[in-house]
Parts: sequence; structure tokens; C-alpha cells
Amino acid sequence: MLSNLTPQLFFGQMLIGLINGSFYAMLSMGLAIIFGLMNVVNFAHGVQYMLGAFVAWLLLNMLGINYWGALVIAPIVVACLGLVMERLVLKPLQNLDHLYSLLATYSVALIVEGIVRQQYGSTGLPYQLPISGGINLGFMFMPWYRLWVVVFSLVTCLGTWLLIEHTKLGAYLRAANENPAIVESFGINVPRMVTLTYAFGVGLAALSGVLAAPIYQVSPSMGSSIMIVIFAVVVIGGMGSIIGAVATGYLLGLAEALTKVFYPQGANMVIFVVMILALVLRPRGIFTSSEAAR
Amino acid sequence: MSPEGATPLLKVENLQAWYAESKALHGMSFEVREGELLTLIGRNGAGKTTTLRSIMGIVRKRTGSIRFKGEELVGRRTYEIARKGIAYCPEERAIFGSLTVRENLTLPPVLQPGGMDDEALMDAFPNLRRRAGSGGTKLSGGEQQMLAIARILRTGSRFLLLDEPSEGLAPVIVKEIGELIQRLKAQGFTILLVEQNLRFARSVADRHVVVENGRVVDVLTAAQLDADMARVKSYLGV
Amino acid sequence: MTRWPMLLALLAVALVAPTVVYPVLLMTVLSFIVFACSFNLLLGYAGLLCFGHAMFFGGAAYVTGWFLKTTGASIEIGILVGGLSAAALGLLVGLVAVKRSGIQFAMITFAISQFVYFVLLQAPFTGGEDGLQRIPRTALLGVVDVSKSGSLYYVVLGFTVLAVLFFYRVVHSPFGEILKAIRDNEARVESLGFRPERFKLIAFVISAGMAGVAGGLKAVAFQIATLTDVSWTVSGEVILMTLLGGLGTLAGPMVGAVIIIGLNDFLSQFGEWSLISQGVIMLVVIIFLRRGVVGEIDAFLRRKKVAPAR
Repeated sequence: MLSNLTPQLFFGQMLIGLINGSFYAMLSMGLAIIFGLMNVVNFAHGVQYMLGAFVAWLLLNMLGINYWGALVIAPIVVACLGLVMERLVLKPLQNLDHLYSLLATYSVALIVEGIVRQQYGSTGLPYQLPISGGINLGFMFMPWYRLWVVVFSLVTCLGTWLLIEHTKLGAYLRAANENPAIVESFGINVPRMVTLTYAFGVGLAALSGVLAAPIYQVSPSMGSSIMIVIFAVVVIGGMGSIIGAVATGYLLGLAEALTKVFYPQGANMVIFVVMILALVLRPRGIFTSSEAAR
Repeated sequence: MSPEGATPLLKVENLQAWYAESKALHGMSFEVREGELLTLIGRNGAGKTTTLRSIMGIVRKRTGSIRFKGEELVGRRTYEIARKGIAYCPEERAIFGSLTVRENLTLPPVLQPGGMDDEALMDAFPNLRRRAGSGGTKLSGGEQQMLAIARILRTGSRFLLLDEPSEGLAPVIVKEIGELIQRLKAQGFTILLVEQNLRFARSVADRHVVVENGRVVDVLTAAQLDADMARVKSYLGV
Repeated sequence: MTRWPMLLALLAVALVAPTVVYPVLLMTVLSFIVFACSFNLLLGYAGLLCFGHAMFFGGAAYVTGWFLKTTGASIEIGILVGGLSAAALGLLVGLVAVKRSGIQFAMITFAISQFVYFVLLQAPFTGGEDGLQRIPRTALLGVVDVSKSGSLYYVVLGFTVLAVLFFYRVVHSPFGEILKAIRDNEARVESLGFRPERFKLIAFVISAGMAGVAGGLKAVAFQIATLTDVSWTVSGEVILMTLLGGLGTLAGPMVGAVIIIGLNDFLSQFGEWSLISQGVIMLVVIIFLRRGVVGEIDAFLRRKKVAPAR
């Protein structure tokens, strides 16, 4: 294996790792934002990502709306579904044990994945690359679309971070993470803020889904398979901070790629091994938010 | 109860409130007049804080009537109540640790005309200007209390609910807070103050409402309190 | 105790059931009853939501199958070996997980079960995507032939009855009382000088072992162990069965297992509808029927009993 390790192969794998890491980062960031405000572990995050890709596919094949249009429209459509779901499913459960909301989002994931499977079968649907070609960097070939995904996700993560850490809106969100009752006593409509925050997180998942559509096949199970990894990422990185979630996402994407180069059989296990190590080495404090200790 | 015959700013009638299944208020009735400073005094657990939280709608399960400027507040959500012109400063102060001092101060939106702007607040609380960039919970207890009161002045609400602002503070700071409250009263704010510290309450209030087991058991004017300290001390068990 | 006559009647029904329903389906129901009971012990009595219980169920199915295939030992030994291996896995997982509670515990067990899934996918003895096939139904105690489903059914039934009795003993023992006390108020139990983590760990190991026995039963019933048995959908199924039947009740998980397995069997001909219906049922239970079927019936009967007294 190591004897035929070429720079092309190595950097090719690292690029794949960076791409996967981009998705891990965006998805765990959305999970962390939702969890921070609502204490809801949004198990439906995976199917919302999958729906983003599916809506993009439908827009292209039914209405002829291309990738760039879908990049705007699909997240809005899926976020609206999230809005409805928050009102109908999560709101009635908000004062109960948080395990109920976890299970409720899990149920929604089953239903959505089941319906999509029923309608479109379980095999993947192809989605054409919106930008073809690439550039030869000497040590590797970099397809333009992959470069676009990496840059776009970095910008999205950075933009979201700035929004939360350095704007008035973000200050409301951070304050409401700590003490929603007091924020509401200032005359701020916190229930609406909760709904919109959930929709924002869902939209972010759908946006990742649109980005992913040309790279992976658009398939009903793409959501649940990435969700499995995201759970481990979130256990390692914690859900208390946006930065933590994003950084862990990228790092684990790269760690996965490195394993693929040196020990291919272990590639889909490495994240879980890291998780178990983290659990053993840091017996407490994987979540920084104090509320999460409940 | 109101000798001038004016309608009270806030009228609470037969207010009952629950935390989960346990009942905390058993029919509170009292009123607050425009421009006065009224204290709720009583022992720990008598229901003073719950009364403030019920007025504010933070305790949601409540019956009876709470009328503010003639409008019913029972059944309203907290943010709607705040927008009618009531501001609340909780006992635990609730300074946000993930926000800077400046962010804490500027967090409440201006709801009514007449709210103090950031500069005026910074002028009024020079300490806060000096520490504007540091984390909210890095402040001392006294500074945090100042910040907690200062920020609600931004909203422009003229009716303030203050929960034990003197608690756990050094005497010098308590004196400062007392002066601040008197200044606010002089500016025409109506204040409903919860206090355990009888001396502090006496130094600022017009009238006192004595709360016991979730009910009002006595109402005294400042003069009555001065004349009959023994009576009040028996309520408080001091 | 009006329960015992009812249970005896139930047992009588179980004894004659193979004449009406085909035995493999019945054995599926029974193994899932044991599985759901094991899950109920954790969530209903210790307040721990394990979101990866399939790792014990499916893992033990592989161990039982592999053990019977390679050693040819008698069938009950194979099932017990499955249970013991699951208990050992439970000890390892528990040591890492029981320090956390609530959502963290759920997420950690979920992630670990996925790890187990990938390990089993690559392990040399599991047959990968095809699963471990042709698991022999060896003789009971080395002498009684149970290779026919009709006779194997009674072995599975026997294990199920023993498992349910064991479950009943555990939750009504002082140990069970302490578990319930931990669920309701962990800090108070700790202040009384108990170490909640130790009790939770023991409960977790017992539960894992029971889930393993259930997996062993399923392995001999179907004569195949597959990755499906370890997948998160099965972890979700057992949660659904327990919630639907009624958390923290003896009969709840049984009722839940019967309903869900019956429904799966019926809906299996209609494509994805079993997945969809599971999601819908779980959602309805969580939003409207949090006490579950048995819990709601219990509450209804109690209200009826109380009403005339007023």
C-alpha cells in the first residue's frame, strides 16, 4: 500500500477529506446552533440535508432550474418545512425531557426518508456537475467544483460565526442560549426567535445538501449515513461552541482521509475510535454548555 | 385603598400562581400607584419573587387578574407584557457571560420613546464605560447589579420591577444602589421593589406590602412603618 | 394481583399459537419481547435511553451463530454464550457511557453502536454484507431434536418466559427500587451513600445481556445473523416498541413488540411503508400518548376504580 503511494493519490485523498470535512463542519455547526438555543438534538438534520439535495434535483428535472438557482431556492423551501415542523412537533414538547424531542426528530427522519424512498427508490440519482474542468496544480488535479465547495463552506462557516459572535442578532441568540426568560422580558419575541433559529439551522443543512448533490449521488440514505458520522463528530467536538463544531468537522474529515491512505479498512471507523478515545480521556466536559449536562 | 381616587398603574387581584404542580401564590391583591415606590416585604419563600415573575409572565400558570393601565396581563406572554412598558430586573441579575458589558447593556431594544441611549447610560454608570469590552460576568457583584438595572432603562419602560437589588452586596454598594433607586423615583419611574433588607426598604419606599404564604397580610405607609416597627418585625420574624 | 391469571392465560395462548400462526413469526415476536424488556429495564427503570441497543442484539446473534457453527455445542449453550458476550460488550460500553445521562448518553450509545456495526461489517467471521448464514439448530441439551421450527418454538418460548420472570424479579428487587430512585432523583440517592454510576452500570450490563439472549434466540430462529440486526433502525424499533407499549410497565414492551412485529410483517409487502408507519406511530406516541398503550389503559382503569368512591 505505502510502496505505491504517489503524491497524486495522497493529495487526492486529502481533498476528499477536506470535502467531507466541509460537510461535517456545516452540519455539526447547524446542530450546535439548534441545540444551543432549544436543547434539541436534531436527528432530522440528516434528512434535511438529503432534502436539500433532492429539492435541487427536483428543481432541475421538473422545473429546469439549474444548480445556482437551487442553491438559493432549495434551502428556503426546506427551511420552510423546518418551520412547520418546529411549530407542529417541537413546540408541544419543549417543556418535557429533551429525550422526547430527540426521538420526535428521529421519527420525522424515518418518515421523510421512508417517503422519499417510496417515491424515488433507494438507488442514487445523478446530478450533473455545474462547473466542469479543473486545474493542474502540479502535485494533483483540482476540479473547479470541489474547490468551490471547500471555499463556499469555509465562507458559510465563517459568515455564520461572524453573525453569531459579532452582530446584534447574534447577541440575542447568545443571550437566549443562556437565559431565554430574561431575554423575553426585554420585550424580544423569543418564541419566534426559536422558530427562526431552527429554520436557519435546517436551511444550513439543506444548503449543504445542494452542495453535496453533484459530488455524491442524490439518494434517500445520504442523510442517515452522514448523520451517523455527525453524531460522533458532535460528541467529540461538543455542541457548546460553533468554533468547536466547525473545527472538529474539518479535522475529522482529514483524519478519515489520512486513515484511508494508510489503513483503508479502518477509514469508516476512525472517527468512532477518536470518539471513544475522547470519551475515555475526557470523562466529563464534552459539552461546554452547562444546560447540556442535564 | 387609593385615597386620591386615581386609577392605580398596576392592580393585582386574587392572583394565584403555580410552579409545576405546587401552588406558590394563594390570592395576592394589591395595587401600585403611578410614581410611587412600593416594596413587597416578607420572609424567604413568601412569594415575593413569584409575584414579580407572575406579573412579568415568566411564571405562566397563573389565574386572577393583573391589570396594567387597565389592560389585563394574565394570559399574555412575557415579551408582550414587556412591550406594554414594564421592565424586570431579576434577583440573580442574569448578566450574560457570553456577552460583553457593552453587549449586555445594549441588548434590550428600545420599546417606548424616552429610553436612555447608550451614551447617556454610560455617562450615568462610568464604571460600565470603563469595562465595556470585558465579559459580562467578569464584573464585581455591585457592578453587575448596576448593569442589570442600567440595561432595563434602555427600553423606555416607566414601570420597574426590581428583585432584591441589595442582596449580597457590601454596605457601600447598597447605599449607592439606594441612591440610584431614589434618583429613578425622582425622575418619575414607578417602582415595585422586592426586599428582605428592611432597613434598605425603609430608606426608599413610600408604602410596604407584607407578603406571607402567598398572600398579602398587611399594607403600611412609610410613616406607619416608622411608627410601628414591632408589628413589621413580627411578620418578618426578626 | 389480578396480573397472574392474565399471564397464565397468555401463556396458554402462547402454547397453542403455532397451530394458527407460523412459528418463525412467533419466534420473532418472542425474541423482540425479550429485547424490548431488556430495553425497558434501562429506560423505564433506570432512566437511560440507549440509542444503540441493537449492538447487543445483533452482536450476540453473530456470536451465537458463529459459536454454534464452529463448535456444534447444544443450542441453549449457544444462546447463553450470545447473552454473555453481549453482557461483556455492555460492560465495556457502560464503563464509557454511564457517567453521562440524558441526551449525552443517547448520543454516545448511538455512536458506539455504529462503531460496532462497522467492526462487524469488516470482521472476518461475519460474512460481511451477506451475513452469517446456515446457523445450525443443534439439539437441546445435546439430545432433544429442535431442528423443526415447530419444536424450536417451545425452546424460544421457554427462554422468553424465563427472561420475563427474571426481568420481573430484577425490577421488584431492592436493586430495582434503587434504580427507580436514581431515575427519579439521582442526587438524593447519592446523598444516601449509594454510588448511582455503579448501579447504572450493573443495570446496563444486565440489559445488554438480556438483549444478547434475544439476539441469540433470533439467530437460531432465522438461522442467519445479518448487519440489519445491528443497525440503528433496529435500535429505533426497540425504542418504539417500549414507548408504544408503555415505559416502566411489565406488559408494555410485550404489547409493543407484538404490535410492531405484526405490523412489520403485514407491511413488508408494501415497500417502505413499515419505516414510514414506524415513524408516524412513534411521533403520535411521543406527542399524544407518552404513557404508552398499557400505561393509558392502566390510568383509565385506575380512574374508573377511583370514580365510584367519590
